[in-house]
Amino acid sequence: MEPMLQVKDMVKRFGGLTAVDHVSMEVYPDEVVGLVGDNGAGKSTLIKMISGVYKPDEGQIFFQGQERQINSPMESRELGIETIYQDLALAENLDVGSNIFLGREPVKPFLGGLVEVLDRRHMLTESRKVLDRLDIRIPRLTNEIRTLSGGQRQAVAIARGIYWDAKLMIMDEPTAALGVAEQRKVLYLVRMLRDQGVPVIIISHNMHDIFAVADRIVVLRRGIKAGERMAKDTTADEIVSLMVGAEAVESFL
Amino acid sequence: MAVTSDLQDTSSQSVARPTFLRMVTRVWAWLFLGILIAVFSIMAPGFFTVRSFQNIGINASETLIVALGQTFVIIAGGIDLSVGFVMGLTSVVAAWVMRAMLLAGYPQGIIIIVGMLAGLVVGFIPGVINGVLIARLKAPPFIATLGMLGIAKCFAFLLSKGQTIGRQPDIIRLLGNNYFVYVAPDEPITLFNPPPDADLRNVLGILTVPLLVMIISAIIAHFVLAHTRFGQHTYALGGNRDASLRAGINVDLHTIKLYVVCAMLAALAGLVWTMRFNSGSPIAGEALMLNSVAAVVIGGASLFGGEGKVMGTVVGALIMAVLYTGLVMLNVPPFWQFGAVGVIIIMAVLVDQAQAGISRE
Repeated sequence: MEPMLQVKDMVKRFGGLTAVDHVSMEVYPDEVVGLVGDNGAGKSTLIKMISGVYKPDEGQIFFQGQERQINSPMESRELGIETIYQDLALAENLDVGSNIFLGREPVKPFLGGLVEVLDRRHMLTESRKVLDRLDIRIPRLTNEIRTLSGGQRQAVAIARGIYWDAKLMIMDEPTAALGVAEQRKVLYLVRMLRDQGVPVIIISHNMHDIFAVADRIVVLRRGIKAGERMAKDTTADEIVSLMVGAEAVESFL
Repeated sequence: MAVTSDLQDTSSQSVARPTFLRMVTRVWAWLFLGILIAVFSIMAPGFFTVRSFQNIGINASETLIVALGQTFVIIAGGIDLSVGFVMGLTSVVAAWVMRAMLLAGYPQGIIIIVGMLAGLVVGFIPGVINGVLIARLKAPPFIATLGMLGIAKCFAFLLSKGQTIGRQPDIIRLLGNNYFVYVAPDEPITLFNPPPDADLRNVLGILTVPLLVMIISAIIAHFVLAHTRFGQHTYALGGNRDASLRAGINVDLHTIKLYVVCAMLAALAGLVWTMRFNSGSPIAGEALMLNSVAAVVIGGASLFGGEGKVMGTVVGALIMAVLYTGLVMLNVPPFWQFGAVGVIIIMAVLVDQAQAGISRE
C-alpha cells in the first residue's frame, strides 16, 4: 500500500539548535500513528513542518505519492492535511454550524440576487450530516461553542476537518484538557476516522492514550527518531525507555 | 433531521437552562426602556404622544448612526474613539464647501451634492488610516483611534477657525428639518411644507430626513450583521482572531473595512447634523465618542468582542434619548442625563458579568 504521507530526512534548525534532525516517517491510509517524545523532542516542530507553519531546512514531503512543497497552513489544508492544535481554533461565540463553515460560509441570493445572505439552513443540515457520520452527538447545533464540553468542542474541530475533505488528520494532545469519559469519546473518534480511511497522527504524552488508539508508534528524542514500533509488539516500558534514551545508550555501548 | 430530539443525553455542562434570571439579563435593556417610557408618560404631560416620540427619534439620530458603526467595531473586538471628531470634521468640511459654493453662486442642487460628497470623502480617510494602523501596523485600537481623534479635531478646528460655519443653502435647512407629511386639523394633508395658513402649534409633521436616514441605516446595519458573510466574519474576528486567520478569512482587510464603515457612518451623522442645525461645527459630535460606546454597551455588546446586536444598540441609543427628552419635559436640568447614563452603563456591565456567570454554571 502506498503511504498517504511520507516525510524523508526532515531537518529544522533554530539558530544553533537542531530541533528535528533527519527524521523520516510514513503514515499509511489505514493506521493511527502515535508520535511521542519528551518535551523538546521535536514532535511539534515536525508536525508544524507538515502543516505548513514552519519551512523545513532539509527534507522532502510526499503526500499521496507526490512530492509537495508546503509553504503555508492554507496550502497544507488545501492538500487535505487538517491539523487540530490544542486551542482547536473555534470561535466560541458562534454556533456549531458557523464554526464548521467558518471562512467558507455558503450563501444564497436575496432580493433577486442583489445581495447574498448566509444560508444557515444549509449550514445546519450539512453540519448535522457530518456529525452523524462520525457518530457525534451534539443536541442543538444552534448552541454557541462556549456552551459545549471540551470533548464536544474537540469533536466539532474534527468534524470541520472531515467536512472539508481532510485526507490526513493531525491531532496535538487531543485529550489533554478532558475528563476521563470525554477522553474515551475522542479516542473512539480517532479510531472511527481511521476506519473511515482517514489516517491520524496523534501527539500525546499519555501512554495510555497512545496504546489505546495507535497502530504504530514513532518515538522522537532530542530531534532524532529514537525508534519505531508496532503498538501490538511493544510495551509502554519500551516506549518510555526509547523516549528517555535508555536503549539508545545501551546500543552505543 | 432530529435537531432537538436528544436533548436528554446532554452532559451536565453543555446546555445552560433558560432560567428566569437568564431571561431577565437578556432583555433587561428592553424592560428598562419600557419602564422609562412608562414613568415619563405618567409624570410628564405630553410625553406619550406621537410628536414627542418622534422628537426622541430625531434626538437619537446622530447618536444611533454613529453607534451603528461602533457596534461593528466593538463586536470585532476593537473600539473607535475618533468617531465624534470625524463627525465634527465632516460637518465642518461639508458646511465650508457649501458656504464657499453658495458665495460663488452655484445652483443649490449641485452645492448640496458636492458638499455631501466632500463630507463623505473626508470621513473615508480617517477610517482607512485607523484600519491600516490597527490591522497592518498592530496599533492597539484604543491608542490608534485616540490619535486620530486629535488629528480630526485639529483639522476641524483649523478649517472652521473654531467657529460655527453658517450661511448654508436654504435646502439644507429644509432637508434637515421639514417633515415629509404634515397633518393639521381641518386642513388637507400636505407634503414637505406645512399648510400655509394653519396654526403651527397644531400641525403634526411626520418623518424627517434625519429620522429616515437613521431608520434605513439601522435596517441595513442589522441586515449586514445578522445575515451576511461580512457580519459573520465580524463576529468570528471578535470571538477568535486566530481561528479566523486559520479559517482563511482575510483578517487585515476585514479590520480595515470595519473602521472604514465606522468612520463613514460617523461622517453620515456629521451630514445629518449639518442639515439639522443648518451649519457646520467642529464640536458637532463631541459627546458621541462616549455616547456611541455607551449605546453599544447598554445594548448588550461586550467590549471584549464577539457579542452584540444592532437591535441592542438601537435600544441603547433610545434609552439615552428617552432619558434626555423625558428629563427636559420634567424640567429637570438635563445635566442629570450624564449621571443617569453613567449609572445605566455601570448597570449594563454588571448585568453582562452576571450573565457570563450564569452561562458558566
